Amino acid sequence: MSNISINKINKFFGNVHVIKDVSLDIKSESFTVLVGPSGCGKSTMLRMIAGLEEINSGSISIDDQIVNNLPPKERNIAMVFQSYALYPHMTVFDNMAFGLKLEKRSKEEINERVNEAAKILQIENFLQRKPKQLSGGQRQRVAIGRAITRKPKVFLFDEPLSNLDAALRVQMRVELAKLHDQLNATMIYVTHDQTEAMTLADDIVVLDQGIVSQKGSPMDLYNFPNNIFVGGFIGSPKMNFIDSKILSNNNNNTEVDLMGSAKINISKISKTSSVGESIKIGVRPEHLTINQNAEANWEGKVFVVEKLGSGTFLYIDKDGEPLVVQTEGDTDIKVGDKVKVGFNSARCHIFDKEGKAFN
Amino acid sequence: MNKNILTKIIINLLLLLFVVVWVLPTFGLFVSSFRDKDLLATSGWWTTFNTNEVNEIYRTKTFEDQIEENGKFFIKGNLLVKNSGKKVISYGITSKEMNKYKINEKAILKNKSEIEISENGEYVWKSDEPFKHERGKRIFITALSPPKFTLDNYKEVLFKEGIGQAFLNTLTVAIPSTIIPLIICSFFAYALSWMKFWGRDTLFALIVASLVVPLQMCLIPLLSIYNDVGALFNIGAKSYPGVWMAHTGFGLASTTFLLRNFIKSLPNEMIEAARVDGATHYDIFLRIIIPLSVPAFASVFILQFLWVWNDLLVGLIFLDQVPSEIILTAKLRELLGSRGENWEILTTGAFVSMTVPLFIFFALQRYFIRGLVAGSVKG
Repeated sequence: MSNISINKINKFFGNVHVIKDVSLDIKSESFTVLVGPSGCGKSTMLRMIAGLEEINSGSISIDDQIVNNLPPKERNIAMVFQSYALYPHMTVFDNMAFGLKLEKRSKEEINERVNEAAKILQIENFLQRKPKQLSGGQRQRVAIGRAITRKPKVFLFDEPLSNLDAALRVQMRVELAKLHDQLNATMIYVTHDQTEAMTLADDIVVLDQGIVSQKGSPMDLYNFPNNIFVGGFIGSPKMNFIDSKILSNNNNNTEVDLMGSAKINISKISKTSSVGESIKIGVRPEHLTINQNAEANWEGKVFVVEKLGSGTFLYIDKDGEPLVVQTEGDTDIKVGDKVKVGFNSARCHIFDKEGKAFN
Repeated sequence: MNKNILTKIIINLLLLLFVVVWVLPTFGLFVSSFRDKDLLATSGWWTTFNTNEVNEIYRTKTFEDQIEENGKFFIKGNLLVKNSGKKVISYGITSKEMNKYKINEKAILKNKSEIEISENGEYVWKSDEPFKHERGKRIFITALSPPKFTLDNYKEVLFKEGIGQAFLNTLTVAIPSTIIPLIICSFFAYALSWMKFWGRDTLFALIVASLVVPLQMCLIPLLSIYNDVGALFNIGAKSYPGVWMAHTGFGLASTTFLLRNFIKSLPNEMIEAARVDGATHYDIFLRIIIPLSVPAFASVFILQFLWVWNDLLVGLIFLDQVPSEIILTAKLRELLGSRGENWEILTTGAFVSMTVPLFIFFALQRYFIRGLVAGSVKG
């Protein structure tokens, strides 16, 4: 329906350069999630697309029309805010009808559209209530409803679920995914929660300090992180990073050190890398094995055991830092036990000393 | 723990003290304004609620009203005014012995006639000879007088002394002088909080700075400029438009300041949501800011209205001291000079001038309680 293309945009707040030359293409009808830690510029990006924040240089176009200088209402977008931003003095109906009334739509059309949106979001029973009579989840539905009634080309979500409690968040996440299927609209979603990003997105854009760190499908980002930042950001619990160095490098057969106790053969490392260069091995907790013979083994002492039922996280002491390993839920490993951790070279990500991945 | 309780007690005592210090004189004024003017001059308002002993002199009826029964002559009547509620406790027939006789005791006069007075003031004067006196006999009574309230003071003050007209004049000054700055400043406050334009912060700083300029400093220059400009349009030197403009001008800075602070505190995201919804600044102002700012408008209204209502200086300078223009404060001041002895006029006049501020406060006090924004954002 409508694609968004962002071309080399920059944004300064005073002297602070928050968005640095970012270019991005967002496909029509896709669900794109902008994710990153606080202060990475993701909300600013969204607000620039919405037209609430000016762009210092570069261009944003929606459907091949440059919208740099258009006010929000002419961009055909709708935005859902973290704090709901409902109009407290209006009923739910009036909140949802506000935009339509401003467009001077007929009464019948307003009624029809609001009721339709209310039906989708299951808030038909609350239409005559005021926002303060609603729970957090209901308020957020109204906020989403307000966006839907206007039938925009693009939906912008600014951390819409972060004010909700955990259970509600999961529920609303599912509903948002359903909504995207129903509406076939382009959605851009900002969050700092990588779970939301992984579950909702067609495309994830990882932002780090004002630049796009990596863009791709959730599984691409999970399997092939471009750098340490993305590797660490995507996936929960976090990827383990182990300092290492290249032991030998010849004919597709590179051996790297594993905490002095073993060696792993990695094929990904480029030929130009020299022996002795320091690297980092990144390996996700779910890709490590316990007490099984693997390509490379390392023994350590367990100092924390977290049992979640569906799985268990073991924190194994590695020079004072934890190495997290995921194992089955009903393990009988206890704190203080010595365990053998197995590494599989195919599941190891190797990053150079700047943090970039060898691919 | 003990310290907390002690602090609480002290705070509550202080609070009580303030309340009493404020309420007691007001209450006294209120009570005084309903008292009889003669009582007001002789006793304090706190005695109003007691039954007082009063000494009064009455005259009986003359010989024309005498009745003859069985060869004896009677004059009957009632000394007291009907429904006065007074009760006679003792009486006398000479000024030297005012309390000589108790009620139902017979006083025997020199000519052997007898007078008997009962508690409710009824008297019977009995004589063997026909009465011949042409002036009524003086009777001195001591009576218990119950608390007595009257609206006479208000009648007099409002309709005879011109306070009623002055009251209307003050309303004529105060209402436009409150509404006009409120309208102007609400737009201005919105612009200062939510519109981006060059020099906005400097402008706001200037407004804050102008808060410290004393009114007295610019009063006369302002009047002289106003007169010069007014002369161009053939507008009289002292008239209502002048005083409206003066009050508006003096109120602009503080009103803008207060409204701006409130409007600025409305949630940013709500305003942005409205912008995304397609609202122009005018839409946002009219449909979102105004309904949500009612508490702020109310409190600013109260402040500005009371300031104008209690103002003397501006009203004195920008209005003539003629009955059709004189404001309440000026009128009271005038009465204080000319009728300073008449306490009933002053207390009643003062209370009339207080009614509107009191009404405004009680009518709008619920707007002091914030919380209209609750529900817009989490928290």
